[in-house]
Amino acid sequence: MEAAHWLVLLMTLVPSSVPQPKDDFQEELVIRPLHSGDIYASFQFRTLWDTDFMRENKVSHYRLFPKSLGQVISKFSVRELHISFTQGYWRTMQWGQPFIPSPPGAELWVWFQDSVTDVDATWKELTNVLSGIFCASLNFIDSTNTVQPSASFKPLGIGNVTDHSFLRYATLPREIVCTENLTPWKKLLPCGSKAGLAVLLKSEKLFHSSFHSQAVHIRSVCQDWQCKTTSWELRQTVNSVFDLHNSGQAKREWSLFKMFSRTLTEACPLASSSKLYIDITDNPQGEQFELSPATSLLSQAVVLGDRRTFSVYDLTQETTFGSVRSLNLLIRWKSNEGEMLRPLLHAERYVAGYGLQTGEIHTLMYNNHPYRSFPVLLLDSVPWYLRLYIHTLSVTSKGKDNKPSYIHYEPSKDRVKPHLLEMLIQLPPNSVTEVTVQFERALLKWTEYPPDPNHGFYVGSSVISSLVPSTVAMDTNSTRERPLFSSFFPCKEESSYFVRIYTEPLLVNLPTPDFSMPYNVICLTCTVVAVGYGSLYNLLTRSFQIEEPNPGLAKRIANVIRKMRGVPPL
Amino acid sequence: MLALLMLNILAYMTPNPDKTQIIIHLLSVISQNSAGQFFSSGHTNNWAVLVCTSRFWFNYRHVANTLSVYRSVKRLGIPDSHIVLMLADDMACNHRNPKPATVFSHKNMELNVYGDDVEVDYRGYEVTVENFLRVLTGRLPPSTPRSKRLLSDDRSNILIYLTGHGGNGFLKFQDSEEISNVELADAFEQMWQKRRYNELLFIIDTCQGASMYERFYSPNIMALASSQVGEDSLSHQPDLAIGVHLMDRYTFYMLEFLEDIHPASKTNMNDLFKVCPKSQCVSTPGHRTDLFLRDPGSVLITDFFGSVRKVELTMDAINLTDPIKQMEENPVNGEEQKEVYSYADQLPVSEIIHQKPKQKDWHPPDGFILGLWTLILLVFFKTYGIKHLKHIF
Repeated sequence: MEAAHWLVLLMTLVPSSVPQPKDDFQEELVIRPLHSGDIYASFQFRTLWDTDFMRENKVSHYRLFPKSLGQVISKFSVRELHISFTQGYWRTMQWGQPFIPSPPGAELWVWFQDSVTDVDATWKELTNVLSGIFCASLNFIDSTNTVQPSASFKPLGIGNVTDHSFLRYATLPREIVCTENLTPWKKLLPCGSKAGLAVLLKSEKLFHSSFHSQAVHIRSVCQDWQCKTTSWELRQTVNSVFDLHNSGQAKREWSLFKMFSRTLTEACPLASSSKLYIDITDNPQGEQFELSPATSLLSQAVVLGDRRTFSVYDLTQETTFGSVRSLNLLIRWKSNEGEMLRPLLHAERYVAGYGLQTGEIHTLMYNNHPYRSFPVLLLDSVPWYLRLYIHTLSVTSKGKDNKPSYIHYEPSKDRVKPHLLEMLIQLPPNSVTEVTVQFERALLKWTEYPPDPNHGFYVGSSVISSLVPSTVAMDTNSTRERPLFSSFFPCKEESSYFVRIYTEPLLVNLPTPDFSMPYNVICLTCTVVAVGYGSLYNLLTRSFQIEEPNPGLAKRIANVIRKMRGVPPL
Repeated sequence: MLALLMLNILAYMTPNPDKTQIIIHLLSVISQNSAGQFFSSGHTNNWAVLVCTSRFWFNYRHVANTLSVYRSVKRLGIPDSHIVLMLADDMACNHRNPKPATVFSHKNMELNVYGDDVEVDYRGYEVTVENFLRVLTGRLPPSTPRSKRLLSDDRSNILIYLTGHGGNGFLKFQDSEEISNVELADAFEQMWQKRRYNELLFIIDTCQGASMYERFYSPNIMALASSQVGEDSLSHQPDLAIGVHLMDRYTFYMLEFLEDIHPASKTNMNDLFKVCPKSQCVSTPGHRTDLFLRDPGSVLITDFFGSVRKVELTMDAINLTDPIKQMEENPVNGEEQKEVYSYADQLPVSEIIHQKPKQKDWHPPDGFILGLWTLILLVFFKTYGIKHLKHIF
């Protein structure tokens, strides 16, 4: 609080001849009860800043925008940056579609500006700097797991770019996310974790969930409906799904205190808007669950192809907190009926086969729409040690061959780059499309194995980007005041919405040598050499002499006497 | 005392205008004398390098050891920017941990040493012998971020804490490689020659830990180990809910000892040497002070574990540099922006289908191909003779 007041004071002291760039901070939390009894909480913190990082004079006065990220953007000429850390896998069939999708592990994709001359070197430096900012081992991102997609991952912000040579994408499926990643993430927020919605981000509860994902998205967006000027947008998102049974209770009842072990007491003073949305679309008359404290604010938004109704709590109003000065939302279930709308698109991936030599990767994509077909762009990045046989690639839907309208394949190079396979497939309505490709496992050099090789090696998730037909008309007007969760993916046409799905990562075992063998071999060889050669050498070169044993004392005295007498000794 | 008495007498006796000047002069004399006491240790900043070298869930206690030292060091004032924390495996968010995001040091889950504000600099596979030695000697690749560097200078006191599985003369890193006591001694000598430390406190909690400090030969190093050569360091107590041993005995009693230390305490190293006698630890802790110049009795615990900032008093005036001039902002609304921006199409199907394949850059043929063709040509001309050349061309 004091910091905020101090900053305001400083702002007034700055001479008015230098106009300060305008910045704005908004925070929101969306809570969506899921049909399985779990609950999905999605935090979004957005900072908008009207400034130009790319100009000659370096930006030096940071207010709401974190300085570490601002310096990263200007030093590495970043056009867009998306980084996410996820623990767990998003179960589309049980939980529906997430607001912000992310694959298990760490994922980083960056669009660089056209002025960058050596994209690979800049990428390497950027990953090292980000690994220091987020306390993650992002420095393991190198050319062996970086790909350059040719059609996926178009920029989410402003820009009509066709040259994909400025795009880099990498995943680290093995990356763990824990409190040490959350701590620096929270420090990037203007209010830190001291005020506003971020007080709810307590690691003990967040990591005791079925799914936890924290991400940072930086891009340029239009400032207004004319879109003649742009501003930088930084979105920090946390998506968590809390398990009903994990939290140890019998009744189906959720509250802010149970989910986060905290309640809300105030909005962030630096935020222009701070709202809490509860999805009550399945509960129009209040027959499914009961929400307390009650609120009269309602809002409707078209998100993920569906029109959803939300109860809104505005945290900037004092009345929201009531007389106890704290907001502890309570959602109590009354009945267990209701079916979840089946998601229109979901995917699975698994490894088939047996043994440690060959295998087969199967990717299944389900189109659950009854009569519409839609295109899907599948991006697969497979590490080099699984040698794909692309001649065995087959795409079948409903038993028949389905030829993709666009295939882009970049073969791998051992220890240099991974396989990249991108395909544009049209999924027929109400069908399952199966993509299979066979592979062979390579034998790595013994220094390339990690310290725990028997755990297996991870293959990153496939990315499926698609334009799914929506049931209601999407809002293409990008300037109307919309809640943050509905304005993440830009919308160009009304009849469909863009969605990105990640499949499971794969865990494959490579043929692992016995690491104690060099030691065993050395011992055995040395023993054989010592015993075999040593004994042979002794036999050949040893000469034997007869030696008299030492005579006893009596005999020695007798010999001395005999020597004196001149008689030969005994 | 005498000075204060004199001050009082003088203040009473002299007339007012001169009184203040004399008082100031006397005060400065007194403070400069006590200022001399501030510099008895000779260091101006503190660093800590805390390393846990074991992987796998059953080595939970090594991570708990390192985190409890991290906690004490942070509590006594060393900031995260001056701590290099290396944990070889993640125990807090391990799927076998019944209470995620926690690492406990006492059974019945009394003390969570992981906490809410922790920054791990090297984790997982990054904790290797090479990275450890590079951190110590400072020879890191240029793109390494600051939080992963040990930016100490010749007035830094560094605390180095190692824990894991070890043996006579070596310490095992992640079950796949070892660091020997000779390498460690050489690394410290490199640090000394590059003036990277003022004084170094080396604490090791492994089996046969005393063997690791036998080979040190650089000055100003004090070393403590949890067991002598030939002895094993034992773990303290298991927790039945978590299922593994939570801490090692030596670090457990050291943590208890450190919990009583606060930034202003005057406890010295001799008390630290007495931590965990044989009755509690079963092994005999050892220490080595022959390379250390000062008497251990005059070394405060907070010289290494805390970050006591020294204040330099000066009576000189210092000229500040000229204030930074604000750059003139170019008028933003100078001319009308003609171009209108728009968002990119996320899945432009027709564009993708008609996308021309990326023209790969032409590279001159590889050495292998050149060699192959040369071989073919040589064999051909060898077999058929050079006179056929004119028939071909």
